[in-house]
Amino acid sequence: MFHWLEKNPFFFAVGVFLVIAFAGLVEILPNFAEASRPVTGLRPYTVLELAGKEVYKKDNCIACHSQLIRPFKSETDRYGEYSLSGEYAYDRPFLWGSKRTGPDLHRVGNYRTTEWHENHMWQPNSVVPGSIMPAYKHQFTNVADIETAYAEAVTVKNIFKTPYGDDIKAGKKAWEAYRPKVLAEARKIASQMKNKDVKDMVKAGKVPEVVALIAYLNSLGAKRYNAKK
Amino acid sequence: MQSNAALEYDYTIAKLYTYTAILFGFIGMLIGTLIASQLAFPELNYLFGEYGTFSRLRPLHTNVVIYGFTVSGIFATFYYLSQRVLKVSMAESKIAMTAGKIQFVLYVIAATGMVISELMGYTQSKEYAQMEWPLDLLIVVIWVLWGVIMFALIGIRREKALYISMWYFIATFLGVAMLYLFNNMAVPTYFTSGGLGSIMHSVSMYSGTNDALVQWWWGHNAVAFVFTVPIVGMIYYFLPKESGQSVYSYKLSLLSFWGLMFVYLWAGSHHLLYSTVPDWMQTMGSVFSVVLILPSWGSAINMLLTMKGEWNQLTDNPLIKFMVLASTFYMLSTLEGPIQAIKSVNAIAHFTDWIPGHVHDGVLGWVAFMIMSGLFHMAPRMFKREIYSKKLIEAQFWIQTTAVVLYFTSMWIAGITQGMMWRAVDEYGNLMYSFIDTVTVLHPYYAIRALSGVLFVTGFVMFAYNMIKTMTSAKELTEEPQFRTPMA
Repeated sequence: MFHWLEKNPFFFAVGVFLVIAFAGLVEILPNFAEASRPVTGLRPYTVLELAGKEVYKKDNCIACHSQLIRPFKSETDRYGEYSLSGEYAYDRPFLWGSKRTGPDLHRVGNYRTTEWHENHMWQPNSVVPGSIMPAYKHQFTNVADIETAYAEAVTVKNIFKTPYGDDIKAGKKAWEAYRPKVLAEARKIASQMKNKDVKDMVKAGKVPEVVALIAYLNSLGAKRYNAKK
Repeated sequence: MQSNAALEYDYTIAKLYTYTAILFGFIGMLIGTLIASQLAFPELNYLFGEYGTFSRLRPLHTNVVIYGFTVSGIFATFYYLSQRVLKVSMAESKIAMTAGKIQFVLYVIAATGMVISELMGYTQSKEYAQMEWPLDLLIVVIWVLWGVIMFALIGIRREKALYISMWYFIATFLGVAMLYLFNNMAVPTYFTSGGLGSIMHSVSMYSGTNDALVQWWWGHNAVAFVFTVPIVGMIYYFLPKESGQSVYSYKLSLLSFWGLMFVYLWAGSHHLLYSTVPDWMQTMGSVFSVVLILPSWGSAINMLLTMKGEWNQLTDNPLIKFMVLASTFYMLSTLEGPIQAIKSVNAIAHFTDWIPGHVHDGVLGWVAFMIMSGLFHMAPRMFKREIYSKKLIEAQFWIQTTAVVLYFTSMWIAGITQGMMWRAVDEYGNLMYSFIDTVTVLHPYYAIRALSGVLFVTGFVMFAYNMIKTMTSAKELTEEPQFRTPMA
């Protein structure tokens, strides 16, 4: 039988394809619907938080930080309650990471403050002596792309039925109307920061990357729950 | 079958990919050494502003060595050996030749686009699938072209039965196509929001746990179909050819091939042990990972036994040294992987440096060794000159072997140290170490790993120099060597 296959490349290729596709069908498909259900009370990310998630992706924080607390006492003692599937329902992409050169961040919003993050992103050593994390000073001057974040919110609302409000709609006009809300959220965070460039930029109607990132980091944990009953 | 003495193979495309393999190999490994050094000496993060941080460079390292070095190596060896095992010349097929040239041009464009866009921070943040959607589309075209060429050559072949290497290349083509397509499913937000924001941005079709499952179904099997399957295809050609020995067992090759195809795809969920993926999937991942030892060792043992009665070649032919050690590292790596996939071991190993340690005994000791020895075997036959220096290959072999050993031993110790410290508790049951304690303790191991990177790159520069000299100024050959590669 195998000799015959080796002389018939078409059937050989079909055979290989069936054999390799089998596992995916069995392992991935059955759980799809259930795994995408959110836990009760979870709200989607705000537009500013989405912009912060893009900063998290752009500077590739997952190279060193996980967002997955495993169900071991040593992990729940260190980071808080273990992670649940439904908590990730609005995470596109998932950002679990695969390496902890630095600590897990899935509940970092529960125990770190805006002020702490500002110091840490500017000079990690100043709050964690011995840290080998690089400083991310460019995030204090680079402008976060809140328009793209809004475009993402529109997309996931329309295509994946993520529960955003009616004020998130496609088109330039809707975005111009929504923009002040993002800036207001950014101003709130900037008011707790001390960096002068950051304050000036926010005043001028621009959102520095670090502000968006801190909004995102603060949202990791309890703050995204019980938004509504 | 008639004698094929008159058949002149056309190596135009194979040569082009040989050049890019050398170029991307050097760049990718250099970046790897830089980021390894950054973990030991953090000041090195500030060499190139925001573009030089560990986090920004790490995916660039993995992408350049995977899609630059390894994929170039796969294409170079494919365009060389497929002609020979099918007994056709690429020049006989207009379609294959034209498609080959277009494919190379698109490949260079895609690779350049990949480097630039990732430096700028455009990323899907999915490991080994960082490239954004425009590049993904380009890669689909490149891949389809490869399929066209492969089946065009198969269509006009003179040797009716496909040789083992071809099985593996066909599987590479199909496997990567399926996995890449599904994992990169994403919606570009520009078009769905009425033209808002960046055109480069897209959002994944899957969310959370589902995204993780699809990603590691891809992540793990990208390792299968880029770092394993085509490399096994290479060794099945180059080792018998270089040693003049026939493959030890046909039945073992059959069993290993179909076994590998069936088992590999199940094992992806071992990247998600103790995550929010259902327990039964995690257990399936563990079990199939252990079963995976059988087909992996099947191929490796088949290759080692091919050398039966001819072990003396190991002492006087450095290319045999490379290939035999490569299959040995393959055995080490495919034993280590399943061990890490056992849940209780994974509880310690996951998230630690033991994982990059495991990856690198595979990619340096197995993949890079096989690609380099394959290219060394091809060079005199493509450029009609003998290898420039045997001494240089010998020195390269020992330097790089030392590098690999330093890499995985230091990362084994680092990983297990880290894993143990994270869970250590004092007599009252409180955690003993703060997180930063588990970072600073690793400094010496990070320094050793950086040194190993320097050694490996040094060896690679020796390889590149030897290849360039072979192409340009080594002694010319009057006729093609049959088995053993001639070297000065």
